[in-house]
Amino acid sequence: MLVAKNIVKTFNKGTVNEKQALRGVSLTLNDGDFVTVIGGNGAGKSTFLNAIAGVWPVDEGTIVIDEKDITKLPEYKRAAFLGRVFQDPMNGTAATMGIEENLALALRRGTRRTLKTGINNKERALYEDMLARLGLGLQTRMTSKVGLLSGGQRQALTLLMATLKKPKLLLLDEHTAALDPKTARKVLDLTAEIVAEQNLTAMMVTHNMKDAIQMGNRLIMMHEGRIIYDVAGEEKKNLQVEDLLRKFEEASGEEFANDRMMLAK
Amino acid sequence: MISLLNALPGAVAQGLIWGIMAIGVYLTYRILDIADLTVDGSICTGGAVCIMLMLMGQNVWVAMFGAMLAGMAAGFATGILHTFMGIPAILAGILTQLGLYSINLKIMGKANQAINVDKYDLLVSLRFIKNVPIYKNTILLVAVLIVVMILILYWFFGTELGCSLRATGCNDRMARAQGINTDFSRVLGLMISNGLVAFAGALLTQYQGFADINMGRGSIVIGLAAVIIGEAVFGRVFRNFGFRLFGVVLGSIIYYLVLQVVIWMGIDTDLLKLLSSAVVAVFLAIPTMKSRYFSNRRK
Repeated sequence: MLVAKNIVKTFNKGTVNEKQALRGVSLTLNDGDFVTVIGGNGAGKSTFLNAIAGVWPVDEGTIVIDEKDITKLPEYKRAAFLGRVFQDPMNGTAATMGIEENLALALRRGTRRTLKTGINNKERALYEDMLARLGLGLQTRMTSKVGLLSGGQRQALTLLMATLKKPKLLLLDEHTAALDPKTARKVLDLTAEIVAEQNLTAMMVTHNMKDAIQMGNRLIMMHEGRIIYDVAGEEKKNLQVEDLLRKFEEASGEEFANDRMMLAK
Repeated sequence: MISLLNALPGAVAQGLIWGIMAIGVYLTYRILDIADLTVDGSICTGGAVCIMLMLMGQNVWVAMFGAMLAGMAAGFATGILHTFMGIPAILAGILTQLGLYSINLKIMGKANQAINVDKYDLLVSLRFIKNVPIYKNTILLVAVLIVVMILILYWFFGTELGCSLRATGCNDRMARAQGINTDFSRVLGLMISNGLVAFAGALLTQYQGFADINMGRGSIVIGLAAVIIGEAVFGRVFRNFGFRLFGVVLGSIIYYLVLQVVIWMGIDTDLLKLLSSAVVAVFLAIPTMKSRYFSNRRK
């Protein structure tokens, strides 16, 4: 499915702000893998997802999806294979466009945009059904501007958009971090539901170790631009938060002092 | 008072022509979220190409079509500078605009070219305002052109391609994540916008009977003024995209009517540009001032 080999990325090379964000990250995902990604701030989690999405070119390494080398493809072309949800609810949707218009943009991911009508009635019926399933009452506000929605509603909509056209890989970049706990829970449940239903291959960055353990079939931990721990199957299911903290200390050789991660227990 | 009343139809005609230009500004400024300064040059390019083609004996429609293509080429240049070469949009527009100054001079051969309304078959003219058959009336003709133009734009921005342009201006990160080539969107948007602006330049040249190398100076400010006035006055009434464009045209007409009244009141016309820019500056500052004032009060 996804084969990332030895990805290296350094920001601001040759300046005082030089930052080696990824120092040779390799990861192979199988079809249907749902991987949770954890690590401290600056570990390279989001950077790794952005490298896969092609936000900028990588310095070294190759990225292959379904045997197709996408390392050199620009971001908008890779979008054909990827569904993405960002941390900031503002980032995933077009605020000045209607709910149905946003969905219509998403339905056309990976196809050429032509002079055909941007949205037709057949789609509208589909969107209405899908929105009704979210249980947020959005199906009655299909033409409302997305800017009027709450963060949680926008994130749920973005999730729907990312999976409206089945992606080969779903990238979730701390997509619940900006939400209140109750809304975050809802969006996570929705995530699990959609991933299971469509049997998606997915990567989910999170700061919440409990979620990281509970969700998905595989877990990786990153530290200073490297994957330092990779666990799957039974072993992952039996993990405890304490195990993760110990693993982190073992692998990184440091006290685990990241407040945000500690609090997220 | 009589002189003012006599001048009003002319102000409306000018307002309509500049309204087309203002629609072009609206497309970049509001939809693509780019302040495109190319327009100061491309409006003159449109006028220059139109007048030269007509002087060479071309049909007026061919001349206007040529003007539009020239404007699109100018927008293309700015688009490439901005996207492919990574130059900030404002600077890219200024570079193209300055380059166009030379190009416009070369097109016209000199700084000013006149066209005689009696010898050439012009579509619009300040002589076609009063005492002409209705089908030749400039105000009516331009109004019809605008309606057609708004209908086409309304259709276009409802297509898949048009939606991708709107998404690019609203949230380019999201647009790319949805597989939209945002660079292409920007170039295309700048081309459409400058095509419209050059078309307005072609009409303006016919209307005044000449093209002048300085005719575009400050036109971005007039365009912005029209956009802002249109939104301030009709923003609450017109929600639909097509009507919003219509509101921009009305904004342009209001601008020219107010200008006419100010001139009639006997203001030193040297000060008009200062006045225009001050008015636009105040209106652009209002959102910031508002939020600052309200946030201070909350403390």
